[in-house]
Amino acid sequence: MELILTLFIPLAGAIILLFVNHEKHNFIKYFTLSVSLLTFIVSLFLLSKFDFNNTNFQFLTEAIWIERLNAGFRIGVDGISILLVMLTTFITPITILSSFSAIEKRNKEYYFLLLLLQFAMTGVFVALDLFLFYIFWELVLIPMYFIIGLWGGKNRIYSAVKFFIYTVVGSLFMLVAIIWLGLYVGGNILHLPGGFTSNFMQIRDVLSQNPIPFDIEKWLFLAFALSFCIKVPLFPLHTWLPDAHTEAPTPGSVILAGILLKLGTYGLIRFNIELLPHSAYFFAPYISILAVIGIIYGALVSAVQTDVKRLVAFSSVSHLGFVVLGIFSITVEGMQGAIIQMVNHGLSTGMLFLAVGILYERRHTREIAEYGGIARVMPAFSVFFGIAMLASVGLPGLNGFVGEFLCLLGAFKSPVLNSYLFTIFGATGVIFAAVYLLTMFQKVVFGPITNPHNHSLKDLNKREWAYLVPIVIFIVWIGVYPKFFLNYSEKTVKSVVSKVHTQSLGNTSTLNNLNLLKNIESNLGAKK
Amino acid sequence: MIYEFYALLPLVILSFSSLLWLVIDGIWKNKSLNFWGTFASLVITFVSIFFSIQYFDLITGIARNQLVTKGFLSFNGFSYYFDLVFVFAGILTLLSSRDYQRAKYIELNEFYTLILIAVFGMMIISHSNNLLTLFLGIETMSLSFYVLAGFFRKSNESVESAMKYFLLGAFATGFLVYGIAFVYGATKSLYLDELSVLVQNGSFQKVYFTIGLVLVLIGLAFKIAAFPFHQWAADVYTGSPTTVAGFMSTAGKASAIFGLYLVARYLIFPFSGIEFAKFTSSQVQLVVAIISALTMLVGNFIALVQKNVKRMLAYSSIAHAGYLLMGIVANNAEGWNAIGFYSLSYLFMQIGAFLVLSTIETSEINFVTMEDFSGFSRKHPFVAGTMSVFMLSLAGIPPFAGFFGKYLLFVSAIKAGYLWLTIIAVIASIISMYYYIGLILYMYFKEPKLEISPRFGLPFVSIVLCLVGTIILGIVPQYIIDFTYYLIR
Repeated sequence: MELILTLFIPLAGAIILLFVNHEKHNFIKYFTLSVSLLTFIVSLFLLSKFDFNNTNFQFLTEAIWIERLNAGFRIGVDGISILLVMLTTFITPITILSSFSAIEKRNKEYYFLLLLLQFAMTGVFVALDLFLFYIFWELVLIPMYFIIGLWGGKNRIYSAVKFFIYTVVGSLFMLVAIIWLGLYVGGNILHLPGGFTSNFMQIRDVLSQNPIPFDIEKWLFLAFALSFCIKVPLFPLHTWLPDAHTEAPTPGSVILAGILLKLGTYGLIRFNIELLPHSAYFFAPYISILAVIGIIYGALVSAVQTDVKRLVAFSSVSHLGFVVLGIFSITVEGMQGAIIQMVNHGLSTGMLFLAVGILYERRHTREIAEYGGIARVMPAFSVFFGIAMLASVGLPGLNGFVGEFLCLLGAFKSPVLNSYLFTIFGATGVIFAAVYLLTMFQKVVFGPITNPHNHSLKDLNKREWAYLVPIVIFIVWIGVYPKFFLNYSEKTVKSVVSKVHTQSLGNTSTLNNLNLLKNIESNLGAKK
Repeated sequence: MIYEFYALLPLVILSFSSLLWLVIDGIWKNKSLNFWGTFASLVITFVSIFFSIQYFDLITGIARNQLVTKGFLSFNGFSYYFDLVFVFAGILTLLSSRDYQRAKYIELNEFYTLILIAVFGMMIISHSNNLLTLFLGIETMSLSFYVLAGFFRKSNESVESAMKYFLLGAFATGFLVYGIAFVYGATKSLYLDELSVLVQNGSFQKVYFTIGLVLVLIGLAFKIAAFPFHQWAADVYTGSPTTVAGFMSTAGKASAIFGLYLVARYLIFPFSGIEFAKFTSSQVQLVVAIISALTMLVGNFIALVQKNVKRMLAYSSIAHAGYLLMGIVANNAEGWNAIGFYSLSYLFMQIGAFLVLSTIETSEINFVTMEDFSGFSRKHPFVAGTMSVFMLSLAGIPPFAGFFGKYLLFVSAIKAGYLWLTIIAVIASIISMYYYIGLILYMYFKEPKLEISPRFGLPFVSIVLCLVGTIILGIVPQYIIDFTYYLIR
């Protein structure tokens, strides 16, 4: 029940909002805020009732939707998705608070789209039906397209279209893969009356017994991976991201960085690793190479940006590289790190975007050169900005360190990658992050005030305090005591990783690398 | 046979009422009476189809000679389903045409009667069990379309489109009849059910039969505007009255696809068969698949560069014919159901889009370009929202009807082993995203330029019906899917 409420309260709010007079700006704002806060409170109940020793899906709800295609409304959460659902319900109220000043026109449409977006994003994380998953996946696009296109910056139309087309290219190939899987499992193996199924758990269980021929699985993997890697975005599919991030309004960027990118990494774990383990083994080194390139490339490009927002956008490419590296290390540490890093990135990069937004609202420019000496006029702001920046850099004691460390550790120990080079090169990303973020921070915040416009800047108001403080609490909490968060995903991740290993070892024909096999066996032996 | 009469009731009602209103129009010349009268006839036909559906089962087992129709007509669930689609398209078009005609200062009663006759022709197609009946149905429909396309006789584009349509259409009909003659010469039969048995047994003249088949296919491919016989479609749809264009590109296309389905199911892909039939059917399947792929790609690529919205929709309708052909290629129950579902959902979204255009056009504004839609959402949020829903649905974005239609088609094609065709369809869809999204982009993101405003009134009843249909079919497709399976079983 909690899960259904978490999913549907935003939708209900959005529908109610349709019937509100569009001139009641304040009512619309506070109504949306209360809807999202209510969702957050309900999701806290969800979290408290969640049993992290149970590796199965919890809060399962099933309803038949299209009987003939065996497509149903199936939702549930497990250790992998629970934290991401919480992240969604947590970030959305913050986004809405930050929208109060960032969005100046067409309030009603904006808040309607925002609630719809929350509904769709939560749906992606909880859908346990491939068909439903696809629908939520595409549903995310429409509100985001309008948010970028209607409230974005100068180049918004170009960015909105680019964002849309990029995502659609990936997702349509995923649709073909979903249909193929459904027909294979429902028709060829289970012989269901409709000859089709899209039930995730059913497909997962069947595939663990009857693996798909590797030649075909490879293509399915690529079809899914294309869609998810575009969303992540993995180098070289990242080119939509800087445009979309830069042109989107502040709240849009926060949602994009905070939650939307996680849809991709979540999909990688849920589908590519869980459903298609053999190919995951086969492709893990290649994808990890791209991830490491992404880490370094994103960092290097960030270092030369003159636009703060663009800098933060490129830093996302780098940070998400760690997540992908952690996932495809296919180790417990790596995947745990990836999940916690998804949450971290949502918090710290989200906060960085909020900080940039606060500056932008005051000065209407994002050029680094325009600022300098902000600390003198906005001390409180500078502290928050500094915390977000340090969290993003990966300072021990703050959240970023935990995630990145675990991801790198996983890559180091990984029997699949079987090379220390991934970690060695990946770790340079942390150093580069320090370089570009500290430089940017120094240029913006410290030093004398060179630009006369900056003298009259006002420090944070109460509303801005209200949405920055909760993020800082979590940034520190995860940094100091990550176990609380890691507990939620630990058991599930362990069971997923061991399943992947046993399944892939069972089908040795797919692995032509004997060395690799030996490594895995020794690794499993060590665990016992 | 009283049951046969029940089964025939929709056809009888529609044919008599169309003639009746033609005569009444000659006597009274009352515009309102004629409009509402024809509308009522269509509604009654629509209701009578539901009545007939209950009885068609009772006459399936009866020998041909004992029937009044002597086997020229077939009565099965799929036919009735398509009857519903055609009549509903007629209702939507009729409702919106009156205001549109008034706006263009040409209000003639024949318009409504012609729509009735066109629907009647389509229903004949969907019930035909004989190649000659099929031909008669296609001709009845096409003749009304020729006149409807040129209905605005003072407009050059309209007349040009009618002329083009007529000349090329007549040419294609020639191919069709010639092909039918060859098939008859090769098999000595024109009944589809007989033909399917003959083809399975291999008791036919192989060379003539193949020639006949190819000619029939060409004729039908022309009617659905499949590549490489698609050239006429854009000009005709652009030139003809907008409401008619919506009607022609949906119901007209669906009926031609149904004709192709009949030919494919009974002549080309008999279920088991001799070597030659197998060879032919696999070859033809491949050819149809290639035609389907090229139709999608060509339609979408040309639509990509169109500035005139009506022309863009015309080209996109070519692409949609390509998607529909996937169901024919798949040649399985899923494929036929998908055709049924897609025809209905396509009807809602495409007619809806054309009707929105028709309410914007006036006697001065003949064509609305993408630019004209700039900032449309500011003044008319509801109409812009509706148009966006149609565009998203046409693009195949969930949760709208078009997505489910495409989904079903993809399922059927992949099941039949045509993965490559599905991937081409996916690529074509991606191309189409660009221009469908493009229109939304103009409506919402650009600053207003030209002041265009829609006329509210009766057409909006149709538009809202289309909107509701597009959304309902997208969110709860279960009922229509079950309904088609129930009827086809």
